Amino acid sequence: MASKHAQDAPVEKRVAALESVFKARGLEPTPFVDAHVRKTEEDWVPQNGARVVARAWTDPAFRERLLKNGKDAVAELGLSMPVHHRHLVALENTAKVHNVICCTQCSCTAYTIIGLPPDWYKDFEYRARAVRESRTVLREMGLDLPPEIEIRVWDTSADTRYMVLPLRPAYTEGWSEEKLAAIVTKDAMIGVARL
Amino acid sequence: MDGMHDLGGKQGFGRVRHSPKAEVFHADWEKRSNALLAFSVKQGWLNMDEYRHAIERMEPRHHLAAGYYERQFTGLITLLVEKGVVSREELERIAGGAVPLSLPSAPGRPNAPGRASFKPGDKVRVKQDYVPGHIRMPAYIRGKTGVVVAESPAYPFPDAHAHGVPSSDEPTYDVRFRAEELWPNNADPAYVHVGVFQSYLVRA
Repeated sequence: MASKHAQDAPVEKRVAALESVFKARGLEPTPFVDAHVRKTEEDWVPQNGARVVARAWTDPAFRERLLKNGKDAVAELGLSMPVHHRHLVALENTAKVHNVICCTQCSCTAYTIIGLPPDWYKDFEYRARAVRESRTVLREMGLDLPPEIEIRVWDTSADTRYMVLPLRPAYTEGWSEEKLAAIVTKDAMIGVARL
Repeated sequence: MDGMHDLGGKQGFGRVRHSPKAEVFHADWEKRSNALLAFSVKQGWLNMDEYRHAIERMEPRHHLAAGYYERQFTGLITLLVEKGVVSREELERIAGGAVPLSLPSAPGRPNAPGRASFKPGDKVRVKQDYVPGHIRMPAYIRGKTGVVVAESPAYPFPDAHAHGVPSSDEPTYDVRFRAEELWPNNADPAYVHVGVFQSYLVRA
């Protein structure tokens, strides 16, 4: 049975209808909506988390504070999180441990820090398989971890948010914080890539 | 509820459509729907637990066939119609066609009585709870045993908060399970960590 009934309005028309109804009520949604769209495109970007990672790589005291209380530590860099994200946990990769995050029930992420979740993170394939077939899924996504590396999967099932603190590549010895931040990707902070 | 949304460990899915330059949005209406959700939360019309549950209540075939932002939008308008903020007829008239909504909600529940506190290193077991309403316990940990690795600040209790049932905030515990114990003989060896509300746990 097709899910889309022939009489259903196209989804873009349904969305536009809701905005029209709000307008008709005098709620003036459009300035808020336009500002929010701009935030999703310009403010909530992985460059935020990349700055956090680069700082943690170069400042051991900051790294300690980040691992202890992520939300307070990112605030030092001027980064904020929504009210309902009360806790940010940074998961430190090491030579022997690899962390990867997912959300099996919806698609929760620390989006103001690592950026909004990419399409594949929200797909049923990743949500279903990441917890049960972690090593296989990572390999399929291009990260073939040696068997001696332990995998830790984090399912975002409550309102604690996670970010992976990637391992600093050996070739970056002596690099500036700015140059380091430029190599940190959203995938590395989700944990489906190593740098 | 043991719904379509609770996907952890479900089998039969293929490869992840991954690309290093993956997009967040694929159309403008997705961005505006996302913003209309934020607008509605700001107006105080709904909370995040109600919103997540409204998505879970989508008719299963609609849930499976809709993309992420259509699920988000369906959850949003379901709540706005249920709460009387907008009417379905008005939306359908403007949209020029039917506007599918989620199915009705079943009752929620308050926090569990006599909740225990835990600390890192404690062995815990997830209760065998089966509920018709919202719950943030993925089914794959039901009845399973793990070890507490961390505690979060207190959060609204989703099973109550999604249903307007009075409740106290409670912490979640990051509980470490072994994938091989969650799915014996049929999982890649790994630790799986889940944020588990206090009400769902007992000492093991």
